[in-house]
Amino acid sequence: MYRYDEFDHAFVTSRVAQFRDQVARRLAGDLTEDQFKPLRLQNGLYLQLHAYMLRIAIPYGVLSSRQLRQLAMIARTWDRGFGHFTTRQNIQLNWTKLEDAPAMLAALAEVEMHCIQTSGNCIRNTTADPYAGVAPDEIEDPRVWAEVIRQWSSIHPEFLFLPRKFKIALTGAAEDRAAIAFHDIGLRMVKGRGDNAGQIGFQVFVGGGQGRTPYVALLLNDFLPREHLLSFLEAAMRVYNLHGRRDNIYKARIKILVNALGADEFRRQVMAEWAKIEKPSIDLPAEEYQRIAKYFAPLQLATLPNDDAAVAKRRASDAGFARWLRNNVMAHKVAGYRIVNISFKEPGKVPGDASSAQMEAVAALAEQYGHDEIRVTYQQNLVLPTVALKDVVAVYDALVENGLATGNTELITDIIACPGLDYCSLANARAIPVAQAIALRFANPAVVDDIGPLRLNISGCINACGHHHSGNIGILGVDKKGTEHYQITLGGSPKDDAEIGGILGPSFPAEEVPDAIETIVGVYKAGRTSASETFLAAYRRMGAKPFKEALYGAPKPAAQRIPEGV
Amino acid sequence: MARRSPPLNVFPRECEMTKLWKNGGFAADVFVAVDDATPLPVATPVIVTLKRWREARAEVLALAVPVGLAADVTAALDPASDELGRLALIVIPFQKFTDGRGYSLARRLRDEFGFRGEIRATGEVLIDQLPLMLRCGFDSFVISHGPTLRALAAGQTSQVPEVYQTAAYGRARTTLRFATRPKLAAAE
Ligand code: HEM
Ligand code: SF4
Repeated sequence: MYRYDEFDHAFVTSRVAQFRDQVARRLAGDLTEDQFKPLRLQNGLYLQLHAYMLRIAIPYGVLSSRQLRQLAMIARTWDRGFGHFTTRQNIQLNWTKLEDAPAMLAALAEVEMHCIQTSGNCIRNTTADPYAGVAPDEIEDPRVWAEVIRQWSSIHPEFLFLPRKFKIALTGAAEDRAAIAFHDIGLRMVKGRGDNAGQIGFQVFVGGGQGRTPYVALLLNDFLPREHLLSFLEAAMRVYNLHGRRDNIYKARIKILVNALGADEFRRQVMAEWAKIEKPSIDLPAEEYQRIAKYFAPLQLATLPNDDAAVAKRRASDAGFARWLRNNVMAHKVAGYRIVNISFKEPGKVPGDASSAQMEAVAALAEQYGHDEIRVTYQQNLVLPTVALKDVVAVYDALVENGLATGNTELITDIIACPGLDYCSLANARAIPVAQAIALRFANPAVVDDIGPLRLNISGCINACGHHHSGNIGILGVDKKGTEHYQITLGGSPKDDAEIGGILGPSFPAEEVPDAIETIVGVYKAGRTSASETFLAAYRRMGAKPFKEALYGAPKPAAQRIPEGV
Repeated sequence: MARRSPPLNVFPRECEMTKLWKNGGFAADVFVAVDDATPLPVATPVIVTLKRWREARAEVLALAVPVGLAADVTAALDPASDELGRLALIVIPFQKFTDGRGYSLARRLRDEFGFRGEIRATGEVLIDQLPLMLRCGFDSFVISHGPTLRALAAGQTSQVPEVYQTAAYGRARTTLRFATRPKLAAAE
């Protein structure tokens, strides 16, 4: 993974000093709260319902054991002994005291971590495929470019006061595991065709996002030679910074500009800007690319046999292990190795919450069996990207001890949920208890396995932090006359076939949500052509009608069930 | 009526104190800003609106004094038809410090239009944003915020000295990004 050099260290140290000075000036009254707030946000300090939240950047979701141990220590020393992995591959501490923040930042700097630009109207932490560098379907490792973007965007003087926040995601693989279609800019590494044959470049998508006006990103550039990435990003950002709306916070994201102008006109403006930009002064010098790329050189792994007698034996005798192996352990690009997904979605637990002890357990496993590497997924889980197949049994046993061996990756109980009303001042409704209730309803692993791949996402309000729009089943908390209600959408997808889910009908009170989900799943199971037809495929074939009828009754107009409407 | 720049004063509370900061220190402002209703002054550097610059350019140039333009972040400047090369100064307003359009406008002027005159920030110019403005190509600042004036007078800045991006430091373009990083012998 990338290692800071003296320059990066000096940068982060200077930034901590700058923020300490800004806090002091705020306390002395030289900065008003309005003047201080954007500075505070750009250092990851967010004011929530009960306390400050510190959002720590995990660049493109990559952690070392040492970093994860330090996060555990910070959570134990200055917070309540747990952290929350987020859908942007970051970690949040929800009970931070303002006066502790500088010490926490200094502890992070010790392990090459920071909170820079995890909040505020600037370019946020860049996210990437959690299987980067190890996935069999990869064209090129996107972490190199994610690190380039991290450096380029850090205190970029032109782009710290954008109309609104800006999120970039990258993938280098055939399968999109980074939800690039739901980002302000999504980048996919591709092999050039025709005139570009033999080159690697980026397909650039723009204007995706969730929130109250969800959009799937549009294609901006079909092939951008990779060496021009920074100048092209700079051109696109400049057009957005100059023309994005600033009169209405809800219309300030780039998606609104792109869709108001149309993809063609937006593309024309970006291309015109890019043509005028002095590319050589902005694009990454080749030596610098090589310097960064060296840190991501593939591990030198001795190839091992692709089957293992001990694993086979355990699989035959232990159904829990067999299930975990099937659902959480994925193929690695090197024979004899596996990608191990660690679920933080044990039914009944808070999705994405990790105790300090659990973080330390994963750090130890990564050290002993995982080449010291850990990844965070946007589904709020962790990954050990490189584990020898022969070690998989030992890893499993250690995970069982720490309550981390749930075998439910990408299944119905692998729920993404935002903090909701338990923490968030913008919430209409709680998200965490609803996630817990649904997961407990589907606590029988055999039932979950039979349902198959199903992404269920929950947000506590229309800001859509929990990605409900892109869930195969999406649940949105709404406020109906002062009570928490939940609206259900079906058919969303965060992957290559990205789509925004459609609203099924009137909302339900919290206690009826698990029943409603069970009904929906029942319609799917009764209607699927075979066990291999996924929920999403079946929904797309069957349409919303049978689901609506099952939930709201066929002849009865939907509005009668909950007369006051939504 | 002629008045001193800036035309825009967003800090009425502290309006008694407005100073021009350039080249690392406070300096006298030789320019006089005039609105469209005011006759052009004689024998003094003048700042005019874009409207006047477009509609009465010959009259302005006939003054034979350095001319400044009060830019508008929403109006597109055309380097050719707007004859930016004949301007000594372009003034970019920051109505609010959170409105970042001025940064992109300055970079356009420097990097795309090759403007080499003075670029001046007015409005809500604060100590924490001043280093960013410098790096985007601004080289003078009209400041009325008390704490910012005090900090500058005391020689304090709020800057992270290490920078990753290419940027214009005032008028001198420097390629700072990555170039400031000490070369590593070999990646460990
Ligand atoms: C409790 C503190 C939080 C607050 C106040 C908050 C606030 C917001 C707001 C206002 C938006 C909408 C912005 C917009 O689209 O213009 C948003 C979007 C988003 N938030 Fe949060 N959020 C919080 C926590 C989180 C957490 C914990 C996560 C991750 C699990 C998260 C992930 C996201 C994501 C992914 C979006 C993107 C929606 C999009 O792309 O349009 N947020 N958040
Ligand atoms: S979706 Fe709404 S409730 Fe949930 S974290 Fe975001 S702003 Fe808060």
